[in-house]
Amino acid sequence: MKLTGAEILCETLTHLGVRHLFGYPGGAILPVYDALGKSKLHHVLVRHEQGATHMADGYARASGGVGVAMATSGPGATNMVTGIATAMLDSSPVVCITGQVSSKLLGSDAFQEIDITGITMPITKHNVVVSRAEDIARTVREAFVIANSGRPGPVLVDITKDAQQASCDFNFEASAPKLPLKRQRVNYEKAEFDRAVELLNSAKRPLILAGHGIMVSGAMRAFDQFVRTGNFPVAMTLLGIGCFPASDPLNLGMMGMHGEAWVNHAIQEADLLIAVGMRFDDRVTGDLRTYARDARKIHIEIDRSEINKNVKVDSALVGDAREVLEQLLPCIQRRERPDWLAHIRELKGDSAVRDIQGLPDNGHLYAAHVINDLWKETRGEAIVVTDVGQHQMWEAQYYHHNLPRTLVTSGGLGTMGFALPAAIGAKFAKPEADVWVVVGDGGFQMTMCELATIVQEKIKVNIAIINNGFLGMVRQWQEFFYDKRYVATPLVAPDFAALANAFGIRGERITSRADVTPTIRSARESKESVLIDFRVEQEDSVYPMVPAGGSLHEMIRRPNSPLVETAATEL
Amino acid sequence: MQTLVAYVENKPGVLNRVSSLARRLAINIDSLTVGPTDNEEIARMTIVAHTDERGAHRLEASLEKLVDVLLAENVSERPLLERDLALIKVTADQKTRPHLMELIKVFRARVIDVAPESLILEVSGTVDKIDGLLEVLRPFGVLEMARSGRIAMTRGGDLLRPPGAPPKTGELETAGSKA
Repeated sequence: MKLTGAEILCETLTHLGVRHLFGYPGGAILPVYDALGKSKLHHVLVRHEQGATHMADGYARASGGVGVAMATSGPGATNMVTGIATAMLDSSPVVCITGQVSSKLLGSDAFQEIDITGITMPITKHNVVVSRAEDIARTVREAFVIANSGRPGPVLVDITKDAQQASCDFNFEASAPKLPLKRQRVNYEKAEFDRAVELLNSAKRPLILAGHGIMVSGAMRAFDQFVRTGNFPVAMTLLGIGCFPASDPLNLGMMGMHGEAWVNHAIQEADLLIAVGMRFDDRVTGDLRTYARDARKIHIEIDRSEINKNVKVDSALVGDAREVLEQLLPCIQRRERPDWLAHIRELKGDSAVRDIQGLPDNGHLYAAHVINDLWKETRGEAIVVTDVGQHQMWEAQYYHHNLPRTLVTSGGLGTMGFALPAAIGAKFAKPEADVWVVVGDGGFQMTMCELATIVQEKIKVNIAIINNGFLGMVRQWQEFFYDKRYVATPLVAPDFAALANAFGIRGERITSRADVTPTIRSARESKESVLIDFRVEQEDSVYPMVPAGGSLHEMIRRPNSPLVETAATEL
Repeated sequence: MQTLVAYVENKPGVLNRVSSLARRLAINIDSLTVGPTDNEEIARMTIVAHTDERGAHRLEASLEKLVDVLLAENVSERPLLERDLALIKVTADQKTRPHLMELIKVFRARVIDVAPESLILEVSGTVDKIDGLLEVLRPFGVLEMARSGRIAMTRGGDLLRPPGAPPKTGELETAGSKA
């Protein structure tokens, strides 16, 4: 059967199980859009190509499958760069398809020609230019395999317009991936494994550092058994949240720069750290010279280049987290560890007193209360998609996730503007789920054009803007480290509720704590998307905080009486 | 200085991916050579990089993450032969020529071009040997030089072959391989 390259692309995507793709048309990709119209694929028209990549990313993270984004050549492709980098840093399987000028014009600076494979080389797991219709099916299949195998990541396929227009025979089965035959390394020697087992069975104060890799490898069940057998307390990275229920007494919470104080202290006091699918990012270790000095380290990690990159480890078990944990399971001995677990409980110390949740209603609205009320009202079952900054950290602290893939957030790259489009993608992945955007007034203004996408697609995504009139996290750094010189952080915003109305979305503005829960409830009951503008305390800070490059145990703590000095002002 | 050997897909852009990776890791490449193998779809690289063992491990492991890199191996700590090839154009007139010829003999270099005022020498060997020859040639006047960069091979039965390409029958089977 002869098909055009554009039709072959649509057929291949359909065969691969793709149902939705997120994109924006343009000259060099028009043949594909013409074919899309005749296909079963559902195309979501975005308002900016960055949004398309974040949507594909959100789709991938919520579903565990591959998300697909599409754009035209030139500016369409370059607009994708931030989204691709976001997916790269968080190991998210995204396939980006870009149109390219005809192969005869390549290199001639033709209209909307840009070397997008050159540009995205360091921020993709792989990328490729396709200039023959015959190569499209195989290359796209290869892209899917690469994106979602091993340590996942984004793959970009740049297809010239003539390849889209040319016709050739199409046979999905005959277009199997032909990836280069690579050397298979032995993941680890038996001695390495035995050393890990010995460390695990002899540790007095062990602690697990649980990362995103657990979710990626689908290791939740093996991890659960592993944790319970050894009675290992668990600390999570930001992206590891959800891999183990927050409600479990062994789950201590998030570690790192804005981790709970007792978690960071426990890390510093541990005699064994078991890192699973995490990469010792500087935001979780603080100063490496003082990081967990008494602890031996076991690193379970699929990416060999992460071993000994930041932290030197005593046993490196390279491999898929689930496989490694399943191999370790029969070798580890049951332990109760009453002393160590009791000690960690003691480490909580006065944290409860300092916790802003204990503060009586003093007429001020705090972001932490909004997020905690959202958690209660959604019974912790919503998919929460956050942006980057203070609200993101409060979400990690006060929304207690029990289920994997229910927190979608930009960790590694820290991309503001991620939340709204990523939530749209997550909603397409999980149409039955209660999807909430938790976003700051700064990040929201970066990609708020995607409100129109929500309306056009008639989907329900609720939006909680944590509006403090500042670029809050940067303001916090200015408060702590730049003597409160608030340069370029006070932020004027539109009336978000009115803006939502202009898009055809219901908008609410909340200024008092009593109104938070009823409004969240009413938003959940509504059949349509609701945007809620929460006017929160302007100069509240996220505590604890390990200053960048500081030691993990030396945190700036919330003052004992957590009153915040400024009142929310009417804009 | 660390030496890595890599087998890569022989297609456009692969050299860029490899060098771009070293740049991203802030590793300075001292020399990088690429040459064909007996399989025309595979090329062999020798990479000499200014880094320590830890940097070399990162480079090696990161290189193997590239789809087009079939194998990358840090061979710095293994018994290794490294060779560099240099072409050196040196001033040579009637007076200096006999003296030059003596030196050339000592260094086992070869004269591959003779002109009235200059010679081109070809010399291969370790970097030290070539640097040594250059040192003694400098007073005569080195006009131009081209160096190939290092190629390297592990000694004896320590084989580094592209994946999926077993040694041909009879080849090195007796050389105490399987090392």
